[in-house]
Amino acid sequence: MKTRGFHHRRIGAGGVILLVLLGTCMVSLPWALRPSSNFYYDRQRANSPLIAPQEHNAWLWFGTGKLGQSLLGECLVGGVISLTIGLAAAAISVVLGVGVGLVSGYRGGWIDSLLMRIVDVLYALPYILLVILFKIALEHPLGKLLQSTTASNLVVLFLSIGLVSWLTMARVIRGQVLSLRTLPFVEAARAAGAPGHRIFLRHLLPNLVGPITVYATLMVPQAILQESILSFLGIGIQKPLPTWGSLASDGLIALSPVASCWWLLVFPCTLLGVTLLALNFVGDGLRDAFDPKREGAKI
Amino acid sequence: MTRFIAWRIAQLPLILAVIYVITFALVWIAPGSPYENNDRALSEAAKTDLKKRFHAESWEKFLGYYPWQIVRHGDFGPSLSYEGWSVNDILASALPVSMALGLVAIWIALMLGSAAGVTAALRRGGVLDLASLAIALVGVSLPAFVVAGLLIAIFSEWLHWFPSGGWGGIRQMVLPALALSSMPMAYIARLTRVSMLDTLGNDFVRTARAKGLPRWTVVWKHAFRNAFLPVFTYLGPATAYTMTGSFVVETIFNIPGLGQHFVNGVKNRDQTLILGTVLVYAAFLLTLNLLVDIGYALIDPRIEIAEKSP
Repeated sequence: MKTRGFHHRRIGAGGVILLVLLGTCMVSLPWALRPSSNFYYDRQRANSPLIAPQEHNAWLWFGTGKLGQSLLGECLVGGVISLTIGLAAAAISVVLGVGVGLVSGYRGGWIDSLLMRIVDVLYALPYILLVILFKIALEHPLGKLLQSTTASNLVVLFLSIGLVSWLTMARVIRGQVLSLRTLPFVEAARAAGAPGHRIFLRHLLPNLVGPITVYATLMVPQAILQESILSFLGIGIQKPLPTWGSLASDGLIALSPVASCWWLLVFPCTLLGVTLLALNFVGDGLRDAFDPKREGAKI
Repeated sequence: MTRFIAWRIAQLPLILAVIYVITFALVWIAPGSPYENNDRALSEAAKTDLKKRFHAESWEKFLGYYPWQIVRHGDFGPSLSYEGWSVNDILASALPVSMALGLVAIWIALMLGSAAGVTAALRRGGVLDLASLAIALVGVSLPAFVVAGLLIAIFSEWLHWFPSGGWGGIRQMVLPALALSSMPMAYIARLTRVSMLDTLGNDFVRTARAKGLPRWTVVWKHAFRNAFLPVFTYLGPATAYTMTGSFVVETIFNIPGLGQHFVNGVKNRDQTLILGTVLVYAAFLLTLNLLVDIGYALIDPRIEIAEKSP
């Protein structure tokens, strides 16, 4: 069972990297969010812009940005924001996808046709286009509701990513339910007079945990990727709040042959890349572990 | 087969109409308007005048005018933020750029990706296999803008082989096309490897080798042709990705493509431009998926496509 061990090592390694990253970001939040601290993400120092990374001062480990902010502080806050958006968006898309898939697959008939036509239509729109459209449409009503631009900015972002990315999940779950509902134990439950919600929760859902876990894990890096792309384009999280995507975008703009500020690009990109890599590791490992058929052939 | 194609083509306008309405609703409830951005402070009277000229006083007026123009004349109307430009002009100038870039990118991804996948499958467990595994995982994980940044840093700033931006020559196309192709290339490599491994284990491959056919004939003519099916299915969404994913790449490399216009349209709330771009993208995506379905049936005679039609 050499390959089994390989999945577990992959899941374990990815998980440890994620926990370390997330833990560091969370633990550092009190410093990164306190305006008097050297790590404060928006502390601007006119006398020390664009300092290259230095070893002897912790807040200079990643160097400073254009306005003299500590890049380490910005990266830590950005990490929390990116991971929060990823998790929240994945949660929304899982709930929506599983809900739609269950109802559509179990009820069948016109409900199924209607829901699947909606999925078809949304599939015909390029993903990122739809996220952007949702975002600009939801921004105003939510801003009024939450009374805070920062909070609404965050919520709008993961809402719009979540509202767009449930499509694949719904299709997968519907397919599973279609094959499950013909099995004897579901029929037996129905014959015994179990109500619909009980069949959903007690009989169907436990059999779907595998695919749900896998897609949810693979959803998180997707959501983080979308967020970083939006922030990169300037439509995502608004400044001065940092995310890895917007930090990388600043770094790319600062990249010029005259004064090479490599650290502005390298650190956010590395963090983003490592996080996404670790998440994909966990997701792929889980998929292979849940699907013994793919045992021999995987990459 | 004919019935299936006819049915799918008949559905296209309906889906496009639904997409038009959804997009319009989303854009219309979005705050801000093309008439009141920072550069142009207009009086109320001038605004009303503009709105009247653009048939945008109310949503009924808008929907009563533009859709008919599109159906009758294929005219998407004037752009609300680029003064003096019609949406058709913008599409005509930007669409070829995005399509050229997207097609080159998908071509690169297909060639390099399938070559890497086949090599990895043949050298299973070897150094080349592990290397392609690592590259594929990195390619899937890294956002296009990170790849683009790396490419610029290495090939433009350091080696000075290619320019870091602009549009016009083949040399300017290399870096953006590579950046854009990294994600689909990685997926294609993974798909090819997995399905090559499945196919190579089949009896007919052993038979072909046993009757004395050369190794490469068996690999390319017998195994690869069968292993290509999943890759072919993926080509539809992948092409759509390279054409729409170019948003970021177009911004970084300063390429005058459709993605940039869409992003600007969103920032300026340019309703006609957004609607035109979305419709063109959607029509494109739907056509691609249809072509993939048809091509799938042509490649693999076992697939009975007629069963899918109602």
